[in-house]
Amino acid sequence: MSKAGITVATADPPPPAVRRLPRRRGIELALIVLAVLLSVYGYCAVGLARHGTLPPGAAGYGAGLGVLALLAHLAVRLRAPYADPLLLPIGVLLNGLGLVLIYRLDLETPGDRAAPAQLVWSTLGVALFILVVLLLRDHRVLQRYTYVGVIAALVLLTLPILFPAVNGARIWIRIAGFSIQPGEFAKVLLAVFFAAYLAANRSALAYTGRRVWKLQLPTGRVLGPIVAVWLVSVGVLILERDLGTSLLFFGLFVVLLYVATGRTGWIAVGLLLAALGAVAVGRLEPHVHSRIETWLHPFASIEAGEGANQLAQSLFAFAEGGLLGTGLGLGHSYLIGFAVKSDFILATAGEELGLAGIAAVFLLYGLLVERGFRAGLAQREPFGRLLAVGLASLVALQVFVIAGGVTGLIPLTGMAMPFLAQGGSSVVTNWAIVALLVRVSDSARRGYDGQDAR
Amino acid sequence: MTRHIRHAGYFCVLLLVALLLNAARVQVVQAPSYERNPGNRRPDISRYEQPRGDIVVGGRPVTGSRDTRENLRYERTYTDGPMYAPVTGFASQLYGTTLLESAEDGVLSGADPMLAPFPLWNDFTRARNAGGDVVTTLHPAAQEAAYRGLAGRKGAVAALEPSTGRILALVSAPSYDPQPLSGNGSAAARAWARLNADEDRPLLNRAVRQTYPPGSTFKVVTAAAALDSGVVTDFEAPTDSPDPYRLPGTRTRLTNASKSCKDASVREAFTLSCNTVFAKLGVEVGGRDMTATAQAFGFNNGGLRIPFPVARSTFDTTLDKAQLALSSIGQYNTRATPLQMAMVAAAVANGGQVRDPYLVERTTRPGGSTLVTAGSRAIRQAMYPSTAVRLRTMMRDVVESGGGRKAAIRGAEVGGKTGTAQHGLGNSGTPYAWFVSWAQGDRDLAARVAVAVVVEDADAERGDISGGGDAAPIARAVMEAVLKSP
Repeated sequence: MSKAGITVATADPPPPAVRRLPRRRGIELALIVLAVLLSVYGYCAVGLARHGTLPPGAAGYGAGLGVLALLAHLAVRLRAPYADPLLLPIGVLLNGLGLVLIYRLDLETPGDRAAPAQLVWSTLGVALFILVVLLLRDHRVLQRYTYVGVIAALVLLTLPILFPAVNGARIWIRIAGFSIQPGEFAKVLLAVFFAAYLAANRSALAYTGRRVWKLQLPTGRVLGPIVAVWLVSVGVLILERDLGTSLLFFGLFVVLLYVATGRTGWIAVGLLLAALGAVAVGRLEPHVHSRIETWLHPFASIEAGEGANQLAQSLFAFAEGGLLGTGLGLGHSYLIGFAVKSDFILATAGEELGLAGIAAVFLLYGLLVERGFRAGLAQREPFGRLLAVGLASLVALQVFVIAGGVTGLIPLTGMAMPFLAQGGSSVVTNWAIVALLVRVSDSARRGYDGQDAR
Repeated sequence: MTRHIRHAGYFCVLLLVALLLNAARVQVVQAPSYERNPGNRRPDISRYEQPRGDIVVGGRPVTGSRDTRENLRYERTYTDGPMYAPVTGFASQLYGTTLLESAEDGVLSGADPMLAPFPLWNDFTRARNAGGDVVTTLHPAAQEAAYRGLAGRKGAVAALEPSTGRILALVSAPSYDPQPLSGNGSAAARAWARLNADEDRPLLNRAVRQTYPPGSTFKVVTAAAALDSGVVTDFEAPTDSPDPYRLPGTRTRLTNASKSCKDASVREAFTLSCNTVFAKLGVEVGGRDMTATAQAFGFNNGGLRIPFPVARSTFDTTLDKAQLALSSIGQYNTRATPLQMAMVAAAVANGGQVRDPYLVERTTRPGGSTLVTAGSRAIRQAMYPSTAVRLRTMMRDVVESGGGRKAAIRGAEVGGKTGTAQHGLGNSGTPYAWFVSWAQGDRDLAARVAVAVVVEDADAERGDISGGGDAAPIARAVMEAVLKSP
C-alpha cells in the first residue's frame, strides 16, 4: 500500500481570534458617580465646617455636576464606546474638586464670587467635550486643518496684545464682561499642529540633512516652518510676559520632536536652548529676575520687614496643612491674596487637605497623563500617537510648572492648575484635551488586535 | 517610536516624583520652621480666633474680649485698666503680652495643653481649647485704696498677706490704660509711641520691676541681723555709738536728723531712725552675716516669679567697712523693689518667716473647675522668732511714738518703719519716701497685711517729702481696707 497520493493535510492555522478589548463603560459610570459624590461631600464639608449646616445649594450643585457628567458619559457611550474608562471620571473629579475649593475661597471674599461663573464655564467645557466626542468621528480629520489651526493659534496668541495688561501680563481679552485667555485655546491648536506636522515629516526630520559631528541636522525646508511657528509663539509670549505658557510650549515642542524623530540630540539641543534662554531672560527681564530672586529667597521680604510675599504665604499654607490638612473650610490660604483662586489654588488644597490630599491630586493628574500616554502607545498611526503624547505632556508640564512654582520647587510662573483653578478658558481647554484623548483612545482600543504596536 | 514614547513617559514620572518629594519637604520637613516664621500670621489668627480667658479680681473679671470681626478677631478689653495694669499688663496684637497676660498666656489663650480634655487630644484634632480664667489673690478694696492714694504722684505700693505670701495689692503710678494697646491698628501704634515717649514711664511696673534705695526701711534688716547674730543681746541697752559716726577708713562723717542718737539703745535708735547707730551695727555684724540675713529676706534673688519675674533686689556682697556701713542704712548699692520691702515687713509680722509672694490663687477651666492651685510656697526663716517679736515691738514704737504716727489705725496693732532715701549724684535728687508696715486687727490671730509704699515725687519740695508724711497715709488706707473686710 503505497502511501503515495495520500497527502497529509496540514491544518491551516486558525485565523487569529480577534480579541476585542472590553469596553468598561460600567466602570466609567461607577467612577463618575464616585467622583460626583466626592465633590458633593467636599461641598458639604465646607458648609459644615464654616456654618455647622449643609450649604443650601448642595443638592443643586450635586445634581448639576451629576447631570453634566452623565451627559458626557452618554456621549462617550454613544460615540466612543472603547475609550479609556478613567479619562472622564478623572476630569469630573478634578473639576468638581476645583469647584469646591473655589466655593470655599468665595466664603472669604464675599464681594467676589467666582464659583457660579466657574460652574457656567465647566458646563461650557463639558458641552465642548460632548460636541467633540459626538462630532469628531475620527481624530485624523484634524490633520486636514493643520495650517488653519496654526494660524488660528497665532491669532489667538497675538490678540491680547491689543488689550490692556492685567496684573502685568497681557494675556486676557475682555468681551462683554467676560475675561478670556486665548492662549489657553492656542495650546490645543499648537499641540495638534505639532503632532500633525511631525507625523507628516518625521522621516525627513530624522534621516535627511547634514550630519554635524554626532548630530543629524534636518534640512531647513522641513525644520523651517516648525521652528518659525515655535519662535513666533514664544516671542509673543515673552512680549506678553506670560513665561509659564512659553515654557510649556517649549517643553511640548522638545518632547514631541524627540518622540517623533527619536533623536536624543534634540533633547540636548532643547535643554541647551532652554538654559540659554533662561539665563538670558533672567538677566535681561527684571520681571523674571525678581521671580528668580523670590524663588531663591522666599522669606527675604519678611526679613526686610515688608511682610510675606505670595510665595512665602503659599509655602506657609502648605506647611500649615502638614500631613492630613486642617480640613476643608478651616485653613487661611486667603492670606495669599491675589490669584488665590487661580494660580495658587493648589495652596488651598495643600492647607486644607494636607500632604495626603495633595498627593492624591498629583496622582490623579499622573493617572490622567498616564492614560494619555497609554492611548498614544496603543494607537497605530503616528498622528494619533503624537497627538495623545502631546496632549498628555501638555497636562504634565502644566501641572509641573504651576505646582512646582507654588511649592517653591521652581521659580513661579503664572499658570492655571488644570481643572482646579478658576478660569473659564482653562477649564474649557482642559475638557477639550480630555475629549481628544477620549477620541484617540477610543480609536486605539477599537482597533486593538492583541498585538503591541511597534 | 514606542520606545521614545515610553521615555517621554518616564520623564513625566520623574516630574511627578519631584512634585511629590517637594510637597513632602514643604509640608512635613520644613513645616515646623515655616510655622514659626515671623511672617506667618496663622499662629496669630488662631490665637485671636476665640475670646481670651479673663483675669479675675475678687470674684469679678477685670478683663474682657471684644469681637472686632477682623482678621485677628478678638481684642482684649479692660475694666479699671489703669488700676489693674501693674497686675494684668497688656495683651496687644502688635506688641505682645506683659505681666499676668504674659505669664499666664497659655491658660488665657487656651494653648496650655492642660486645658485639653485628654492628653494629646488637641494635637490630634488641631483644636484650640477655650481660654481658662486666672483668679488672682488681689484684694480689690486694698488695690483701690493704694491706687487712689498714689493718684497724681509717682511711686508704688505692694501689699501682702504675711502668713501666706498672697499679694493683696500691687500698684504703680503713674499707670496707663492697657486697652488702647490691644488692637492692631494705628491707634494702638500711637498709644504705644505715646506711652514709650512719656518721661514718667507709665509702662514701668514700679512695684516689682523697679528697685529703689530702701533707705531707713532697711534698718529692719540690719536690726534683725544684729539681734540674730548676737551683736545686740538687749535691744533696750544703750549702744556705744558716737554721733557723728566716722565711716571706717574714711573721713566721711555720718550724721542724724535727730539729736538724741548718741549711745541710743537699738529700740530708741529704731524709733528715731538713727543712721549712726545702724551704720555702726552693720559694721559690727560684718558683711557675711549681713548678707546672709538680707538674702534670707529675699535680697539677691533674681529668680522670684509671682508668676511674672520680679526685679532682683540687691545687697552688695563685696563691701569694705565704709560701704557696709552705708549699705546697712539702705544706701550705697543696696536696692529693693517695693515688693521686697513688703516681704521684709511681712517677715516681722509672721514670726520671722518669709513666704515667697504670689499673685495667682488658681487657674480655672472655661467652665470654672479648678485647673491649678497656687499650692504651698517655700518658707525661709529670715530671723529667729524671738528676734521677730522684738522687731514687732520696735516697729510698733515707730507708729505709736515715732515718724509713722499717720499709719495708726484704731482697733488694730500696727507696726511700721519710715524711710527717706537719698539718691542721685551727690544725693541731689528728690529723696524717695518709704513706708513699710504691717497691721493686725485686735480680733485677728495673726497680722493680716504687710505693706510697702514708695513715693518718688519730683514735684514736691525737697524738704516736704518724707516716709511718715507722704507714704504712711497711703499704707494706712491699704491696711484699713484689708482689716475692714471680714
